[in-house]
Amino acid sequence: MDEVRILEIKHSVFDANDKQADKLRGELKEKGIFLLNLMSSPGSGKTTTLTRTIEALKSELKIAVMEADIDSDVDARTIAATGVDAIQLHTGGMCHLDADMTRQGLDGLNAGDADLVVLENVGNLVCPAEFDTGASKNAMILSVPEGHDKPLKYPLMFSICDVVLINKIDVLPYFDFDMQKCEQYVHMRNPNAIIIPICAKTGEGIDKWADWLREEVKAWKA
Amino acid sequence: MHELGIIFHVIKDIEAVGKENKLKKVNAVTLEIGEVSGVVESYMTDCWRWAADKSDLLRGSQLVIDTIPAVTVCDECGQNYETVKHGRTCPYCQSENTHLVAGNEMNIKEIEAC
Repeated sequence: MDEVRILEIKHSVFDANDKQADKLRGELKEKGIFLLNLMSSPGSGKTTTLTRTIEALKSELKIAVMEADIDSDVDARTIAATGVDAIQLHTGGMCHLDADMTRQGLDGLNAGDADLVVLENVGNLVCPAEFDTGASKNAMILSVPEGHDKPLKYPLMFSICDVVLINKIDVLPYFDFDMQKCEQYVHMRNPNAIIIPICAKTGEGIDKWADWLREEVKAWKA
Repeated sequence: MHELGIIFHVIKDIEAVGKENKLKKVNAVTLEIGEVSGVVESYMTDCWRWAADKSDLLRGSQLVIDTIPAVTVCDECGQNYETVKHGRTCPYCQSENTHLVAGNEMNIKEIEAC
């Protein structure tokens, strides 16, 4: 019988993923590919926002999209209809994408000449926040019907995002959504977060979001 | 499921350690989990049984969880307090300007193997 021994590991569960994510980020920087990780709850309007974003930027940037879902390819079809390259990733029941899955998606997408790749993460405000995908920047969408208290309930998600898009502002009159409180709560968890109110359905605010994205892609490629 | 994704990462990590150290069998894995790290211990052990038994190195191994108590420090008055009991508001001076110092851990502490 072999002798049983204790091996001290002493590292975070997320260490291996964090290292892979940093490596991927470095490679993308070298290739001049800006990777945006877009997160939100299910039904907040990620795909509609993305469609609007593509319309606003596709004449100046080469865009590709990775759609991550537990099942189906409805989102990839919607995005492909805009004329950009899109790939559907299935997480096989998992609630998030990690750096390794993101790398596999990028390989499958043949995104070598893209300026901007958007990863539409699985709709979930918990797990995607914990797993660094290797993205250049993180953005999230909070939609008005979800309520202004979400930054308090899902603090990690709000703390890791560079931009918070507040979507569906066209229905503000019908909900008890306090925009001022929402902004205050977001900044309590993340003083540096940029907040952009939008309505993906009507296109309101999309220009401001597209401006931010355009500047970030430019800075990343510099 | 949140816990299952985390367990997959732990298994991948330990399999790499096993290869590096030429381990034949892992008997137990100890994780340090912070009280407010957001995982449910019973789900972790259930997911572990299911996923670890698919690995030759880890089949039959036990998952041990050491819970780390959550502690928050108040940036206004400097006092530490129990996070789970008082949340983000300092019980001494009622400030909300506080931050977590411990309790968010999710570490692989050690493994028992041969």
